[in-house]
Amino acid sequence: MMNLKISALEFVEEAKNGNVSVEEFIGKTLERINDVDDKLHAFLSINDKAIDQARDIDKRIKSGEKVGACFGMPISIKDNMCIKDSKTTCASKMLENFVAPYDATVISKLKKQDAIFIGKTNMDEFAMGLSTEFSAFGPSKNPWNIEHVPGGSSGGSAVSVSSYECIASLGSDTGGSVRNPASFCSTVGYKPTYGLISRYGLISYANSIEQIGPLTRTVKDTAFMLNLIAGIDPNDSTTVNNNNEDYLANIDSGIEGKKIGIITEMIGDGIDPEVMAATKEAISKLEGLGAICEEVSLEMVKYSVAAYYTITATEAGSNLARYDNLRYGYDLPVEGYEFNSYISKARKNFGPEVTRRMIIGGFVPSAGHAGKYFLKAMKVKSKLTKEINEAFKKFDLLIAPTVPILPFKIGEKIDDPVSLFLVDINTVTANLTGKPAISIPFKIVNGLPIGIQLLANSMNDKLLLQAAHALEQTVTLPEVPI
Amino acid sequence: MTKIGLEIHCQLTNLQSKLFCSCKANYRAFEPNENICPVCAGIPGSLPRLNQEAVKKATMIAMALNCSTPEKIAFFRKNYFYPDLPKNFQITQLNIYGDTSVGGSGTISVGDKKIRITRIQLEEDPGRLIYEGSSSKNQITLVDYNRAGTPLVEIVTEPDFETPKEVRDFLNILSDLLKNLGVADPSLEGAMRADANVSVYGGNKVEIKNIGSFHDLEKASHFEITRQESLHDRDIPIAQETRHWDDKRKITVSSRSKEEDLDYRYFLEGDIPWVKINPEIRNELKLQMPESISSKKERYVAKYQIPEQVADVLSSDKFYSDLFENAHTESNAKEVANIITTELMGLEDTREKREVSKLTSIHLRDLADSIQTGKVSRNSSKNALHEILKTGKSVSQIISELDLGNVSDESELLKIIDKIISDESEAVDQAKSNPQTINYLVGKVMQATKGKADPTLTLNLLKKQIGI
Repeated sequence: MMNLKISALEFVEEAKNGNVSVEEFIGKTLERINDVDDKLHAFLSINDKAIDQARDIDKRIKSGEKVGACFGMPISIKDNMCIKDSKTTCASKMLENFVAPYDATVISKLKKQDAIFIGKTNMDEFAMGLSTEFSAFGPSKNPWNIEHVPGGSSGGSAVSVSSYECIASLGSDTGGSVRNPASFCSTVGYKPTYGLISRYGLISYANSIEQIGPLTRTVKDTAFMLNLIAGIDPNDSTTVNNNNEDYLANIDSGIEGKKIGIITEMIGDGIDPEVMAATKEAISKLEGLGAICEEVSLEMVKYSVAAYYTITATEAGSNLARYDNLRYGYDLPVEGYEFNSYISKARKNFGPEVTRRMIIGGFVPSAGHAGKYFLKAMKVKSKLTKEINEAFKKFDLLIAPTVPILPFKIGEKIDDPVSLFLVDINTVTANLTGKPAISIPFKIVNGLPIGIQLLANSMNDKLLLQAAHALEQTVTLPEVPI
Repeated sequence: MTKIGLEIHCQLTNLQSKLFCSCKANYRAFEPNENICPVCAGIPGSLPRLNQEAVKKATMIAMALNCSTPEKIAFFRKNYFYPDLPKNFQITQLNIYGDTSVGGSGTISVGDKKIRITRIQLEEDPGRLIYEGSSSKNQITLVDYNRAGTPLVEIVTEPDFETPKEVRDFLNILSDLLKNLGVADPSLEGAMRADANVSVYGGNKVEIKNIGSFHDLEKASHFEITRQESLHDRDIPIAQETRHWDDKRKITVSSRSKEEDLDYRYFLEGDIPWVKINPEIRNELKLQMPESISSKKERYVAKYQIPEQVADVLSSDKFYSDLFENAHTESNAKEVANIITTELMGLEDTREKREVSKLTSIHLRDLADSIQTGKVSRNSSKNALHEILKTGKSVSQIISELDLGNVSDESELLKIIDKIISDESEAVDQAKSNPQTINYLVGKVMQATKGKADPTLTLNLLKKQIGI
């Protein structure tokens, strides 16, 4: 029986040595998807050429030809990244029939490494949400308890990794959209330093703060993925040069003597007692590994969610303006409409959350209101950045629970957008300040996962992964019950 | 009192690629929607990649217009819906959050007057809309994105113009300046466009858009001034509004659209990091900048004693001044300048004529030399020039093939002169009493030799034969 539960590094080793037939592995993976995805709905589309691609890789492994570092590893991709000639819907009616005419940079990099894109994963429409309940094609379910949300917006990605429908996934993280579902589904979820991974081909929601990030079974797997996709890209002017850093090398350096700040504002009011207990446990484990932990206050965190929603709505209002249904979209004849009324009509196919944010996005940066909202939010962003930079003068890392609450039930919060917004309180800081952050599976309480988040200073991604790996080694978790 | 301010858009036509992608900046040769890629067509997920060369060229323009140039420039999004805008926002520049566009305030001289420049910004041109169908009912709008993303420089002036004539002079000077800088060819269709803001007696400002040419701009300003003055005379308030130039009826028409009320929700374009333009880069650009028109003119006058008016005409057009620079030598400069300004400018006054012309600077040099050494008369040189343009043959070949060479053979000339003296006895008598009138006889010789007789030799021989 083929073991679908192996990590990326294990798979690569087995495939390279010919112990695993890639075709067989991909076949079993597709079977697994076929068996469980009716229940979980992680995928919006499946790659129907996956078996052919696997067969080709097997052939090349056998004949000793050069094969890329992924050796046919099945990877799922959030449906907001472009794969040439495949549908990229952003889980929206607006892009239901959009076939990307080009590859995103991360996709072309992984193609070169012989990854197999097993399918495109479900998400909140245009990545706006944290439960996948705002997908135009129905929510994904948490494999730990299918009555609960898997988190979001990269919910499908997290579900696919945690329920063995693939080995790794790429999500995108604008305010926690990789880390939140990673925490809710018990996978590793990582948002790199802003600019470390090219966004070219990622359909923008709030381009000034979002990043693509991997979701994997282990921290080592994340480092492996990062080695393949990080680095400067001429097609994305915001990318930074990482000097081809090897993130896997010395990943087990440990955290002895490292100073870790516990962010006071992220363990305060509204935190679930179970989450609080898990956080304390994580801190004492880190101390057990030789780290020095101490509380640190980031006062601006209390304004961060408001600033986050103001900035992201502003950028979304602009980034999503191109979906006027004239060049891609759904079938709505243009005859009989004046241009502006046509646009209003066409845009009715945006879902409720996108509509809400676009309306906010039309208001907060507008001439009469920018000073009160958008510019103030930008001020919070820069003050928060100053604060966290100060903190990193004293600390090597910061720690907080990834999400202050446990995965909630599907439908529980859907009619209360403000309470949903507040779930983001612990994740948006990394996005607003451009810092790297990672969520590590830490505990299962009453059958529901809790993740712990670590943050590091810009370009200290390697240190962050070393610390995350160290913490991960202290944890043993039960298997997903599906 | 009339006040006119301008907003001029000029494409950087000399660049290879568009402002944010590698599609061609010269979109004119393509079939509709052939010169596009995911970036300039606004396909989801694509990101702008700033053309650094465009920043340099725009900065050069700013420096040439004596504008301040900031240490760092930034790009902003201007959000509005229009079918020619693939992203439904335009990436442009803005100075409201500090001076971050390529050029700040500057000046340019128009005659004795200084026109103040408010700012210069670099932005992307939208696509092109083509309307088809006669009535509004069956009219369709076709969109061609070939132009979308073409690097565009917007130059905004203060309302310093008082007459449409000043506007026209300014635009000619600006157009020559841009061409001389090597950044644009403003004569290309649609490469340079302008909107005007007009007000009279300190009243409300009216913006006129949709003006197709500089000529129309002058006409539109005239019309608008007259319209506003007549309203003013009758105490009718002048509304602050945007009006469109109706090219068919030659009037301005109020645009009923709510353009003035548009809120563009400007904010920083996060996909393009700030660009540093440090003093080293500025110095480097200064060194790369070609000699200015005024400095050229001064040099022509001072070094070659070319008359001021000729120098003025010669220096202001890059095409001709380049020809001059390449053709002239220390000794023939004046002659080259003369050929260009009196003859060539009439023969190569359009793009089409320049494209088919086979003339090179070597031709010009040889022709000027031939005139100076008496190999060809100035008169015959005109015929030679026509032939050069047509065939590109060498000057010496053309002189011999067309038999344009000066008749300087004494015996041959004497035969002709003797015949004229016998035919024109009356004129000969007159010349004897009044030597000035001998020019009539010189003219006759020229006529008989089709202008090829060496003029000095002819005069001497005539005097000798008549005996004066």
